Amino acid sequence: MYQIAFLSLSILTLACALGVVLNKNVVNAAMCLLLCLAGIAGLFVQLHAYFLAFILVLVYAGAVVALFLFIVMLLDMQGGQPWNFRAMQGLAGFIAAALLATGLGLLAVRGRLAAGPPLSHAVGSSLKLYAYQLFTTYLLPVQVIGFLLLVAMVGVVVISRRTAEGSE
Amino acid sequence: MTPSLDAYVLLSAALFAVGFLGVLVRRNTLVIYMCLELMLVAATLALVAFSHFNGALDGDVFVFFILTVAAAEVAVGLAIIVALFRARKTVRVDQLDSLKH
Repeated sequence: MYQIAFLSLSILTLACALGVVLNKNVVNAAMCLLLCLAGIAGLFVQLHAYFLAFILVLVYAGAVVALFLFIVMLLDMQGGQPWNFRAMQGLAGFIAAALLATGLGLLAVRGRLAAGPPLSHAVGSSLKLYAYQLFTTYLLPVQVIGFLLLVAMVGVVVISRRTAEGSE
Repeated sequence: MTPSLDAYVLLSAALFAVGFLGVLVRRNTLVIYMCLELMLVAATLALVAFSHFNGALDGDVFVFFILTVAAAEVAVGLAIIVALFRARKTVRVDQLDSLKH
């Protein structure tokens, strides 16, 4: 049962990732990214990371993909731009990606990743533990990350405004 | 019977490779950005799998930070892409070659 769910989710995820790479239309690529993220969220649920699955759907599927679609709309790109990459570059890209996949795969298979039996947290207690860790052990990183978000927001405002003045 | 850690790490490696392929092959800046996001999410999946199979929550906490940084990065990156488009009227990387020579 778990195996079947894992297999179908991973096939969905990989197929949609390939769809992002191979799709000519940018909007279709964004939709493939959305489906791929949904598959990843399903895998997170299988790994008992319910909170992270929720956050992934909220932040990535809700905000990031919507932002991508907004930008596609704003830039008014015509769908179906031609591929026209040079054959050598495409070949080199495929070979590099295949090498990377083989290396990482060998590391995963031969690296003796065997771990102890997974601890099964109950749902509520896991979330409570998570929040506890976030606000005790990792309190400083949380505040730094919040500051980073503020800096990013100010940066985006500055970038957008400056180009608006420059174009006039 | 749950899938093993190896399966999750292999899937994450394959996802990362697909994203890498997209960054190398595609010419549209927006699609390259989507493939970057794909690579980030692949790393995230590996972290969550390791965290689950070791019974620790540190990986999960790190994933929280990665998601936050990714959101900030997307906002800034897309603003830069829009600024670039306003200045150069294109988002294709083979036409953005001012620094090439």
